[in-house]
Parts: sequence; structure tokens; C-alpha cells
Amino acid sequence: MRRVIVSLIAVLFGIIAGAILMAVTGNSPIEGFSYLFQGGLKTIDRIGNTLATATPLIFTGLSVAFAFRTGMFNIGTPGQMLIGGLFATAIGLTVDIAKPLLLLLMIVAGFVGGALWAFIPGLLKAKFNVHEVVSTIMMNWVAYWTVYYVVPGYFKGEYLETESKKLPADSTLRSEFLSDLFNGSYINNGFILAIITTIIIAFIINKTTLGYQLKAVGFNKHAAEYAGMKVNRNIILSLLIAGGLSGLAGVAQYAGNADVMQIGIMPSQGFDGIAVALLGANAPFGVFFAAIFFGMLYAGTGFMSAMTDIPPEIANTIIAIIIYFAATSILIERMINWFIRGKKRKKEKLAGSKEGEQ
Amino acid sequence: MWTLIEQIFPYAIMFTVPLLITALGGLFSERSGVVNIGLDGLMIFGAFACAFSVAKLQPIMDNNILAIWLGLAIAMLVGILVSLLHAFAAVTLNADQVISGTAINLMAAAVTVYLARQITGSGNINIPEPFTPSNVKFLSDIPIIGDLFFTRAYPTTLLVIVILLLSAYALNKTAFGLRLKACGENPHAAEAAGVSVRKMRYIGVMISGAYSALGGAVMMVTYSGQFTGTVAGLGFLALAALIFGQWRPFGVLAATLFFGFATTVANVSQVIPQFQVIPPIFLKIFPYVVTLIALVLFSKSSRAPKAAGEPYDPSGR
Repeated sequence: MRRVIVSLIAVLFGIIAGAILMAVTGNSPIEGFSYLFQGGLKTIDRIGNTLATATPLIFTGLSVAFAFRTGMFNIGTPGQMLIGGLFATAIGLTVDIAKPLLLLLMIVAGFVGGALWAFIPGLLKAKFNVHEVVSTIMMNWVAYWTVYYVVPGYFKGEYLETESKKLPADSTLRSEFLSDLFNGSYINNGFILAIITTIIIAFIINKTTLGYQLKAVGFNKHAAEYAGMKVNRNIILSLLIAGGLSGLAGVAQYAGNADVMQIGIMPSQGFDGIAVALLGANAPFGVFFAAIFFGMLYAGTGFMSAMTDIPPEIANTIIAIIIYFAATSILIERMINWFIRGKKRKKEKLAGSKEGEQ
Repeated sequence: MWTLIEQIFPYAIMFTVPLLITALGGLFSERSGVVNIGLDGLMIFGAFACAFSVAKLQPIMDNNILAIWLGLAIAMLVGILVSLLHAFAAVTLNADQVISGTAINLMAAAVTVYLARQITGSGNINIPEPFTPSNVKFLSDIPIIGDLFFTRAYPTTLLVIVILLLSAYALNKTAFGLRLKACGENPHAAEAAGVSVRKMRYIGVMISGAYSALGGAVMMVTYSGQFTGTVAGLGFLALAALIFGQWRPFGVLAATLFFGFATTVANVSQVIPQFQVIPPIFLKIFPYVVTLIALVLFSKSSRAPKAAGEPYDPSGR
């Protein structure tokens, strides 16, 4: 409960800071936020777009949260996402089989790609005690340059040098049914996959021996080892799953929301996953709703910047400030404590004065 | 071969300098015990502050060169201010240093482009007249060294070399430097010896803010000339250089020179026949892979500051 309050206060601070930034740059915050929320929620197709924008964030958020539970900071989400997307794109462009099977293969390939990219940091952490933050950052840039050269080298687009070839409609997660349901929004099966994944991850973390072991390693490595758990194996496994989840984010982004991969871009959804995980208190369903909130911010900015002079980067700014406040949540907790104590003191004072009267 | 080296050397130095000063900044922060993965964000803030102020100052000032130096100073000031956010979270609140650094990175990419878009509409800021490379007086006449380091050099190169020498001296030979390093190795012992760990860590982070912002600014006024909202991940490369250089000033110099060369060779490999045999992808991923290998090789004998990344808890002795 307290975690939820802290998260909500962090969001509130983020929004206030965003409002201040809007006001300082000569815009009306009330107008800005009203268009922002309208842009994300007002009509059924905009809600669909919000959910679609949230889809990759759900995966990267789950990825960061899952590694967090084992006491690790997976900052390699952008790279894992790129490789997951690259693997899925490669399969989608080259393999020629029936649609459901092909999609399944792409999803598996995406998961494997992301997992592979996280395997190296996992191995280095388990075998050589190399800190995963540094190794995953290095892996991000290796992924960035790999995509930079592999896409134009092997999957070059028809018109642009900086894009991959378009995936045929049959090899993406696009769904006419969902699109029609949301009045022509670009929401796709990726969102369904995200819901299923969230449930599976919640199940793994909360109901299985594996989840228990991973959490135990996260709480206290030495105690877990003493209890007979294989700490190194669990570290690698945790990062493998976390990487796989980021790989799925790549599938959802590059073969769902979009149908091409652009080179020279580190996907922002990767680092946003850290914000999502923090705001969602590393709980799968918390992550799910935090991602939808961020999805709304991003989806709403398009409408907002069309109607006002406020640049769309306001969404990223608010998210960054939310992370900062989530990181300094101790400050918020102190505030809550101070507030509660203040109330108690008042009560005691009241009780004291009553006793005095008696 | 010699002409080839002579040809690519100025470019390599050009790429090395922003990287070097940023990595040096990271060195001060980590040596004081605070991990700063926000280097990239601090560079972006510096690049923005410099590009913005130079673009505003050059049209109204007669002296274009002076305007650039002012821009560099403003960038450092902004870097210090932003780094205080990180210091406050990491040192005063004992918050997770990696998360706070990430917040700085995300904030930089968002806020600067937001502001740039408000100012110019496109989100890019052009510097009217950046520095032009020229031969340094006297120094360029030195055989070999003069040809390599001081021919077609930017004035900022000299500045950064001076900062490097001063930093190395301050870290290794002065009471301040030794105290700073003590805070990163064993903060409790440092505190017992009468050093204020929190103060030293604040200073360490602020130096990293000033240096990284200078790094971003140098990039603007030398080879880039235009602010676009990113420094192409140079801050992360600086982090790699810091590790590869094993947290020592001259180690960092060697590492950044190495990375600067790798970048240059990758950039020119298409036009210079000698390099065409190497696929460019290998040259680009080279620094990162080398750093991963270095991490493994040094894992047993790493000279990483022992207390880096750990919040200082006075009661935890």
C-alpha cells in the first residue's frame, strides 16, 4: 500500500514538474495537460494507440523488474530489444511458412535473441563477478552497431538505406480484429502477448520454486547459497529471462507497432522500462499499469503538440522526473512519515489536553 | 604509412578529447565513491548549454572566439548544477546511484530537446562559428610530437591536456586528492581521519558534472558544430574508458586515445584502402568488446574504488 502511495506521489511530482516546465516556457499547463489526456484517452482509437504504445514498455518493464527481483539491474534492455527485433525481423523476412507458425517462430526468435544478449552479462556476473550494469551497457552499444551494419547489409529497405525491408503484413503481429475493435487504432496482438506474459511472469515470481529461489538470491545471495540454492545458475537464468522479455519488446515494437527496423536509434523504450519497473514497484501487475500510464503520456503528446506549441518531449521529461523522484523515494517516505507523525502528535496533544481537563 | 598516421592523427585526437575529459570527470566521481552513469546526460546538458549560449552570444559579440570560451564556461556551470541533482540523491539521500544516474540521462535527452525545440522550432541548434583547427605556436615545431599532437589542433585540446595534468597532480600529490580517493576506498577510515565523506563526494560528483559538460561542449565547438539532442553515446564510451583505464588518469588517457583511434579508423575505413579489409562493424564494436574483455581480465585484480556505488552510512562501521 505504502509503495503505491509513494509511486503515485512520484507521478504527481513528475506532472507538477512538467507543468512548471510548460509554464516557464510560456505555455499554459492546464491547456497542455488537458490536450495530453484527451490525446491519450478521449476516443476509442486513441485508447487503442495508448495500449499499443504501452506494449513494448510492458515487456521492458517486466524485464527490468524481473532482474531487479534477483538483485540485478538490467540496464541492457535497449540492446536486448534491438537484437530481439533483429532476430524476429530476420525470420519474418526470410522464412516462408504459414502465418500462425511463422509468428510463433518470430516470437521465439525474439525471445532467444534478447536472452542471448543477456546471457553474456549473466555469465560474466556469475563466473567473474563483473557488474551487470557496466557489461549490459557495453552490450547495448554492441547491439546498436550490430543492427547498424547488419540491417543495411542483409535486409536493406527498398527506398531508405537506414531502414530494413518492410515485413509483409502476414509476418507482423497486426490484427484486423483488434484494429477494428478500437476503431482503426494500430493496437495489435502484441498487447495480447503482453497480457499473457504479465500473467506468466507474475505466476513465476509468486507461485513457483524458481521464482522463490530467484527472490531469495536477490534478498541475500549468501543465505540462498547456504540454503543449497545454485546462486550462479539462478543469476544467469534470471538475466536470460529478463533478456528474453526485452527481446519480446523488440518483437512487439519492430514487428507489431512498426514493420521496419530503423538503424542508428537506441530504442527509448529500453531505458523507459527502468522507469516502468520502478513506478510499478517491480510487481508484474504494477509494471503493467505503469506502462499503460506511460503509454498514455506518449500517445497523448502527438495530439498535444498538434494543438499547442508544447514540444512532444514533455512526455520524456515527465517520465525522467518521475524516475528521479522514484529513485529518491526515501524523501517521499520521510515526508509521509513526517505527515503521519504530525497527525499522531496532534492526536496526542488533543488526548493530553482532554486528560488535563478530567 | 607515416603520412597515413599523420593524416588520421588530428582526427583521432579530435575524437579523443571530449571522451578524455568526460572519462576524467567520471574518475573523480567514482574515486570519491559515487558511481556516475549519468555522464552521457551531463555531456548532453553541456552540449546544449554551450550550443545555446554560443548561438546567442556570437551574433551580439564582436569576438567570436571569446563567445566560444564563454559558452564552454557556461556549459561547465550548467554541468555542475545538474550534477548536484545526482549528488543530492546519491550522497544526501543514499539513493540508488545507478537509478539516479539513469534519471539524469533520460532527463538530459528530454529536457534539452524540449528547450531546443521551443527556441529554434526544429530541436537543433547551430553554432555560427565553431573553432577551426590550427597549428599551435612553438609546440607544433617539435619533431614527431608536434606533428602528431599540435598540428591542425583545436585550442580545446591544449586546455584538456592541461586539465588532465592538473587533475593527475591533484589526485596523486595533494591532500585533497588523497582524501577524495580515501572516500572511495574506505569512507569510514576517511571519516575517522577527519575527512567529511559527504563533502568530498559532493565535490567529486560536481567535478564530474563540470568535466562531462565540458566534454559535451568541446564536441559542439570542434567537430560537431550542431546540437541535435544526443552525443552519440559518448558518455557511455567514457564510462568504458574509465574502466579500461582502471580508474587512473593516464590509464584513462591511454584508453581514450585507443578508443579515439578506433572511432577514427572506423570512420575513415571506407576511404583509406589500408583499412578496407577490416569490416567497419568490428571497428565500431571494438571498444565495447575490449572493455568487456578488460572487465574479465581485471576481475581478480580490479582497481575499482572499493566503496564506489555504496551509500555512505556513518553507523555502518
